[in-house]
Amino acid sequence: MTFLNYGLLALSGGEAGGPLDVNPGLIIWTVVTFVVLLLVLKKVAWKPILSSLDEREKFIKDSLEKAEVAQKEAEKLIQDNRESITKAEEEAQKIVAQGRDYAEKLKAQMLEESKAEAKKMIDNAKAEIERKNQEAFNNIKDQVAEIAVNAAEKIIKENLDKEKNTQLVNKLIDELQKN
Amino acid sequence: MNLDTVKTAVDTLHSAGEKEDTSWILEHVLDGNYLDFTPFGKIYLPQIHFNLFGIDVDLSLTRHVIFMWLALVILVVLFIKVGKSYRNSLVPKGISNLVEVLILFVKDEIAKPTIGKGHEKFLPYLLTVFFFILTCNFLGLVPYGSTATSNISVTATLAIISFIVIQIGGMMKNGVFGYFKGLIPHGVPAWLIPIMFVVEILGLFTKPFALAIRLFANMTAGHIVILALLGLIFILKTVVVIPVSVAFALFIYLLEILVALIQAYIFTMLSSLFIGMAVHQDH
Repeated sequence: MTFLNYGLLALSGGEAGGPLDVNPGLIIWTVVTFVVLLLVLKKVAWKPILSSLDEREKFIKDSLEKAEVAQKEAEKLIQDNRESITKAEEEAQKIVAQGRDYAEKLKAQMLEESKAEAKKMIDNAKAEIERKNQEAFNNIKDQVAEIAVNAAEKIIKENLDKEKNTQLVNKLIDELQKN
Repeated sequence: MNLDTVKTAVDTLHSAGEKEDTSWILEHVLDGNYLDFTPFGKIYLPQIHFNLFGIDVDLSLTRHVIFMWLALVILVVLFIKVGKSYRNSLVPKGISNLVEVLILFVKDEIAKPTIGKGHEKFLPYLLTVFFFILTCNFLGLVPYGSTATSNISVTATLAIISFIVIQIGGMMKNGVFGYFKGLIPHGVPAWLIPIMFVVEILGLFTKPFALAIRLFANMTAGHIVILALLGLIFILKTVVVIPVSVAFALFIYLLEILVALIQAYIFTMLSSLFIGMAVHQDH
């Protein structure tokens, strides 16, 4: 009965067939549809999309490599910079130390020189003073000698009396004192 | 028995079957020569027959043919748009992003690990089959839609195309003779070779057979379960069961979305795996 049932239902338009019924027309349509889809999409989509995906993959890879190279270069530059900064600092310190040394030396030298100069000047002054002293002494000696001679002359000339002598001597002393 | 008698008998059976009949479930799942827009009516599709060397070839349009064409149109329009956006710039935007995720998934997660070297040659086929099955699966989840991939004729045809691609791929890499020689594993005793050869040849055919049955069964089962759950309302004739039925049907529907994705993935994945096995036979 069931078989007859399904058989009759199948006769009534084919729409009540079982789920495992194979429809040759549908197979042909599936093949046609799929092949058309494959060909159209291959031309329209897969080729441009896949090639641009590859292109992008390559582009990103290249960019990353480039970035890596650039980073290495930058690191090297920084290293170089650091080295040269250190070197420059050392140099600067050296120069400063040198300058300081030089200044110190100069200072010492100048101090010494000025000391020497001062000593020389003092010595000169002393010598001058000595000379002047000597001169003055000599002058005085001459004058004293002259005065003594003069006095002796006068004493001898006017050797009259004791009173007069005493008067003369006092006069001479007064004269001397005036001088 | 003339035609009238048969017609009467059929009508009687139809009206008799309507009481306890569950054929409406199958009617939803099966192919038919009309587009069902209940309650707005049905659109009957043209019947095309032609004679090829005396054999009647039935090329009538059916629901599933129309929905395959719909998938074709959707995919072609979508990919023309996406392809254009790739020509303009390397940076994808909008819908291209979504499509690119799927393309890269098929390329990097399916084709590359299973086929390895030379997978580029098979990518157009794998991508087409993936997107075609995916679109057909999703079209079945749209109201008034119909799942072309729940038809054994469609899945079998897709599996046969897969079979052809697998065999041609293997033969192109290893040569026709080398391919059949490579089917027999290394280190098999000489007396076993004829048996192994038969077994391996059978194995070649069971693979696409499994592909066809898997896709067909998965896509059919979900719809039948949804319809059965909703049918419970009418069988039990009570409104109490409506929330339960609808909740379960909704759950199965969400599951169906997952299944639609998974089945497209599995079909592509297994096709790719079989291609890889045919191309690199020593592994």
